[in-house]
Amino acid sequence: MSKTNGHEIPRVGFYVCHCGHNIAGAIDVDAVAKYVATLPGVVVSRDYKYMCSDPGQELIEQDIKDHQLNRIVVASCSPLLHEHTFRNATEKGGLNPYFFQMVNIRENVSWVNDNKAEATEKAKDLARAAVRRVIHHRSLEPKKVEIHPDVLILGGGIAGIHAALTLANAGKKVYLVEREATIGGHMAKFDKTFPTLDCAACILTPKMSDVKNHPNITLWTYSEVTNVEGFVGNYTVTVKRKPRYVIEELCVGCMECIDACIYKEGKYPDEFNVGLSKRKPIYIPFPQATPQVVVIDRETCIDFKSGKCKKTCIESCDRDAIDLKQQEKIEQIRVGTVILATGYQIFDAHRVPYYGYGKFPNVYTSLEVERLVNASGPTGGELILRDGARPKTVGIIHCVGSRDKNTNRWCSRTCCMYALKLAHLLKEHTDAEVYNFYIDIRAAGKTYEEFYDKLLDENIHFIRGRVAEVTNWAARPSEEGKLVIRVEDTMIGIVRRIPVDMVVLAVGMEPKSDAQEVRRLFNISCSTEGFFLERHPKLAPVDTFTDGIFIAGTCQGPKDIPDSVAQAGAAAAQALMLIDSGSIELEPNTAHVVQEECSGCKSCLTICPYHALSRDEVKQKATINEALCKGCGTCVAACPSGAIKQNLFEDEEIFSEIDGMLDLQLVGTNKG
Amino acid sequence: MSHQPEKPTNGWEPRIIAFFCNWCTYTAADLAGVSRLKHASNIRIIRLMCSGRLDPQFILEAFAKGADGVLIGGCHPGDCHYIEGNYKALRRFRMLKRLLHEMGIEDERLRLEWISASEGEKVRSVVNDMVAKIKALGPLALPSKIASWDEEIAGNQELALEKEEAQHA
Repeated sequence: MSKTNGHEIPRVGFYVCHCGHNIAGAIDVDAVAKYVATLPGVVVSRDYKYMCSDPGQELIEQDIKDHQLNRIVVASCSPLLHEHTFRNATEKGGLNPYFFQMVNIRENVSWVNDNKAEATEKAKDLARAAVRRVIHHRSLEPKKVEIHPDVLILGGGIAGIHAALTLANAGKKVYLVEREATIGGHMAKFDKTFPTLDCAACILTPKMSDVKNHPNITLWTYSEVTNVEGFVGNYTVTVKRKPRYVIEELCVGCMECIDACIYKEGKYPDEFNVGLSKRKPIYIPFPQATPQVVVIDRETCIDFKSGKCKKTCIESCDRDAIDLKQQEKIEQIRVGTVILATGYQIFDAHRVPYYGYGKFPNVYTSLEVERLVNASGPTGGELILRDGARPKTVGIIHCVGSRDKNTNRWCSRTCCMYALKLAHLLKEHTDAEVYNFYIDIRAAGKTYEEFYDKLLDENIHFIRGRVAEVTNWAARPSEEGKLVIRVEDTMIGIVRRIPVDMVVLAVGMEPKSDAQEVRRLFNISCSTEGFFLERHPKLAPVDTFTDGIFIAGTCQGPKDIPDSVAQAGAAAAQALMLIDSGSIELEPNTAHVVQEECSGCKSCLTICPYHALSRDEVKQKATINEALCKGCGTCVAACPSGAIKQNLFEDEEIFSEIDGMLDLQLVGTNKG
Repeated sequence: MSHQPEKPTNGWEPRIIAFFCNWCTYTAADLAGVSRLKHASNIRIIRLMCSGRLDPQFILEAFAKGADGVLIGGCHPGDCHYIEGNYKALRRFRMLKRLLHEMGIEDERLRLEWISASEGEKVRSVVNDMVAKIKALGPLALPSKIASWDEEIAGNQELALEKEEAQHA
């Protein structure tokens, strides 16, 4: 550790990074370096092509030794990106890593300012502020916290399942919490998967039962997280386990009770078949549901509605597994890390009324068609339309709720490929004429383009153009009784009317409607469109800005199954890295009370959201429990005597930054 | 303040000090950068962990040292990384607004905006809008005002002394 302290004569080393052309193209880096060299306390001032490269970092290390530097300032990219890198270089040079200050002249200057002279002036101001600030920095020790080895995974779709199995196989204890009565997510509803056409259930259900049987996995379905407290390594999570009115440990999934229900036929929309079939109030979501446990829906069960049911279900169960008085259970668990794999929801096709969904019975969403062509689906895999007919012509409309400034601007990435897959399956099932209406075909992925080529040989039609509307208005006799797709065929530049029996809307992927609530619960951010925000789009795609919280799968953005699985593996590896290293170093930005200056006024006590502040009744002074302090600095700003200090954000540091930016030539200030 | 005449600026450019919280607004400013959303270069950002750290003295210091405007950026209500630091910032902001008003500092010179990590576009529009408004107001020039107030006080004291001397004579 360094022997320097705040009273020593400052010897500042300043480095401005070119970042190739990213900075040097918009800022006169040479002028900045020359200017900073004239500032009091600056001993070395250089510009260099890539400061984050090894030679760039070695430059700092060498200069510290050669010029006895005791403070380092680097003007480059955002501190959120490379502050850690340069702190390490500072430490390697023999200084305490916190004798470093970073100046953001890329994101905050060169990338947002066109005028080189203005950008250079701004960079100089920011550099001067940092040089003045760093002089006040102190030697600090990072806060070390232990990592609890257990992991919470939220969401039991393919991403959550894969992450859970990866961690469990590595010997870690995993809690997998799923809101629905079964795990499996969207993938369980799919028929076949592109481009290999292997059946989704065949590849998914073995993994589902592995989850159920794994000794290291605690599976809680029909459960939701209601509260999260703590910080990386030490989260306390409250899980609400909703009553399914069937005792999970006793039920063997024989389904006798379902047969015994006083409803002889299903009466309520079956969620698993996206409403294409009916279920009873007592049901099992689908044959391979995991766990194989029946669930009673209290919204539709007669006994819950009127209390006047004969309760034939209870009679039929020889294991006494049905308990209509079951209460919700609140569990509290301690985990060190969390993986969010909460998935997506499909675009609601009602939002584009001109495509007739909900108005014309034979307009379907792609997810409905997945169930329709599935052998265990509502029609046993027979393609029978809502009006009982079998389609001879089918139109598949791409980009419904994607790439559309009226709905969602983003590309949902999977629709082109699943639309091609459905086109193939529909052709196979019905030998109908199948038309695809597309803007572009995006078949980027291993063997995806080849799959597209294959379809072109299968006599499937492709019409390039965004569909204007789906109507049942017949302009000529051949259109009678048909749905007419009106589209401008941009290949030939004319408007066409294509009569079809069935329309399939290739709906896009959206963030879950409650993604914002989940985000708040776990203290992470969402990107503009509402998917969870990753720490860095390229270099930290499964991390979030909150340490110990990782994201995987479609909750982060639209992606297909292989990408979701890859991300789940990555998230599991990130969690493993934390768990196996045993501890993590946190920013030492906590606050402390300077006892001599505290007047014991109690202003700070109520302001801390973490109850880190308390009052020593004997000394009549406030104290801060460092373990609880998260370093927001709110109490520091509230203290009327200025007795609370926040490491890394001390008053002197911020005042000198303000003064440095404005550079009013006054001698001395009464602050600090 | 709406009918302020265009002040002669002769090359003057406003200087705005911005205090952005680490988790939302600073990240949004980074996003504005990554998205190359060009905006006025008059803003100088200081990163705080939370808008709750914002001591009203920081703002007064900025004005006293020559800032023409101060922008505070925090997470949207309910989104604070530290639960409720942004509400504390809001309270201090409102209190300070009244004080600044008393001091004759125009309302537009202190601004609070909730900008989430995804709102890079909002960083651009807020900065541009604020710069335009402050350009219309003209320089605040508080340091020179303070200097002239000091002179005035010193002058008054001299006058008082002279009077006292005259009485004694």
